[in-house]
Amino acid sequence: MTTTENQTKPGESKIAAAETGEGRQELQLRKDISTKEMLRGSGAVLRMSEAEVASLAGVQSEDQTMIINMGPQHPSTHGVLRLMLELRGETVLRCKPVIGYLHTGMEKTGESLSYLQGATNVTRMDYASPLNNELVFAMTTEKLLGIDQDIPERAVWIRMLLSELNRISSHLLFLATNGMDIGAVSMMIYGLRDREEVLRFFQKVTGLRMNHNFIRPGGVAADLPAGWRDEVLKLLESLPKRLAEYEILMTGQPIWRERLQGVGVITRDEAIALSATGPILRSTGLSWDLRRDMPYLRYDKVQFDVIVGSFGDAFDRYSIRLNEIRESMKIVRQVLEAMPQGDYRIQDKKVTPPPRGRIDESMEALIHHFKIFTEGFKVPVGEAYVAIESPRGEIACYIASDGSSTPYRMHVRAPSFVNIQSMPLMMRGGLVADAVAVISSVDPVLGEVDR
Amino acid sequence: MTTISGGVVDDVRFVAKTDYLKQLAALRDEGFEMCVDLTAVDYLTHPGRVLPADVADTVALERFEVVVNLLSLSQRRRVRLRVQVAEANASIDSAFDLYPGTEAMEREVFDMFGIRFEGHPDLTRILMPEDWQGHPLRKDYAQGNIPVQFKGAAS
Repeated sequence: MTTTENQTKPGESKIAAAETGEGRQELQLRKDISTKEMLRGSGAVLRMSEAEVASLAGVQSEDQTMIINMGPQHPSTHGVLRLMLELRGETVLRCKPVIGYLHTGMEKTGESLSYLQGATNVTRMDYASPLNNELVFAMTTEKLLGIDQDIPERAVWIRMLLSELNRISSHLLFLATNGMDIGAVSMMIYGLRDREEVLRFFQKVTGLRMNHNFIRPGGVAADLPAGWRDEVLKLLESLPKRLAEYEILMTGQPIWRERLQGVGVITRDEAIALSATGPILRSTGLSWDLRRDMPYLRYDKVQFDVIVGSFGDAFDRYSIRLNEIRESMKIVRQVLEAMPQGDYRIQDKKVTPPPRGRIDESMEALIHHFKIFTEGFKVPVGEAYVAIESPRGEIACYIASDGSSTPYRMHVRAPSFVNIQSMPLMMRGGLVADAVAVISSVDPVLGEVDR
Repeated sequence: MTTISGGVVDDVRFVAKTDYLKQLAALRDEGFEMCVDLTAVDYLTHPGRVLPADVADTVALERFEVVVNLLSLSQRRRVRLRVQVAEANASIDSAFDLYPGTEAMEREVFDMFGIRFEGHPDLTRILMPEDWQGHPLRKDYAQGNIPVQFKGAAS
């Protein structure tokens, strides 16, 4: 073999330099390349602005790749998610989730709403699990007020009951939409039917199917209505039979397994690096659930299992959610037994309006009521961050207070917003049809992504 | 620095902007595997915020504050870093090399506050349209009665 002039001496970082049509190309050793450059070259995320993409229109590329747009109007994008997909044939190379179509500035709006009104704002973020949003907002406010340990037991257990039922309804919605995306359309009808039964209970308790504004700083808005226990028992009775049906309909079905197994795989290290939480993190085999690992409310008093997967694929995420419904039912059953008597909101005149009867007979009570609902209550200066486990992962609220009756800054750490980042990685190398399965298995709620 | 409110222990640390990446790397080696949240606060109209006594002398308050929440899955701990960012030079190093999951959060902070993250692979607007002017979560960004800024729309 004759020596060439491009041969490198040992220890030199430049491996080869070749004259190409685009100038001199130098290859570098892996250790000399930063993560950022690596990701630019071989990452799964398509980092290209819309203007750049538009300028490519009509360009005939020799490498047979093309960039196509999926969404924002597409039945399987769960709202208004848009994906820029770089394809070679039917294989997805890179993709970029484009969001913001549902952005309504809720964090900015939150700065002009009092702490009592704030719950009506946050409940509209993740509209599939509104009670968890209200819960995290109320808990953050209570922490700032310093009353987070004084919430009456009954209020705490009511919150747990509603939070778990909301997890059930949210996961049932996931089963419905996941089924629809994969092509099991009957599952969509079944899932929505069962979710509706849970929502009917919410309507009895809070007056509304969604966007309840029921969990408020200091407790909950009202006590549970008469006969609530029977309603919950009816739910707990009907659901296991239905879940068994879904196991037959989907879990054991070869087409379903073929469509999901090995699709959208993510490893544990990747999930941690991308800050993914909830079922995505658990599907990689990591047992992490804030309810158990950093208990809030009274989750340390109830027994339940944290469901984990082993392959990190779409099938694991599906079965985790299906089985989390069973775990939530286990918790609900324990809540039914443990539900204490007592107040449903804190008897602290600062945050609690006077009872309706008192307003008729006392001028002071009338003024007090008026002040609370017009001015709101003042919250001490400070910052607080509280995180809880929503059906989609860690939902957290960061409030900075300047001592007035509205938050100075209200930030919600939305699990879907962060989880969406793992989509390009899961889709890389898969088919376009699998991209649909991946979106579905991440289960994003775009109201929460865009806020 | 540790503040205790209602039995919940919050580990809050004030970090100088120049030390930010070094501190993050040290904390990651300490076992904080996940950067769970990154956001910012604009303290334009509330400059005299209360600081804990032990850092009150050493921290120079600025208009912006970047707030980073790290989570240790192995030790079940959280730590919150607060970094002051001056208005005149509204930029800070990107944590992307250490925690790739901060990509979208840093883009959101850039979009909403106009704080630049040096070394971010794709620092573009994420929620607002690409040609939007202004940064909505800044305190001097007016609420209501904003002229329509969409492409091709009559304003």
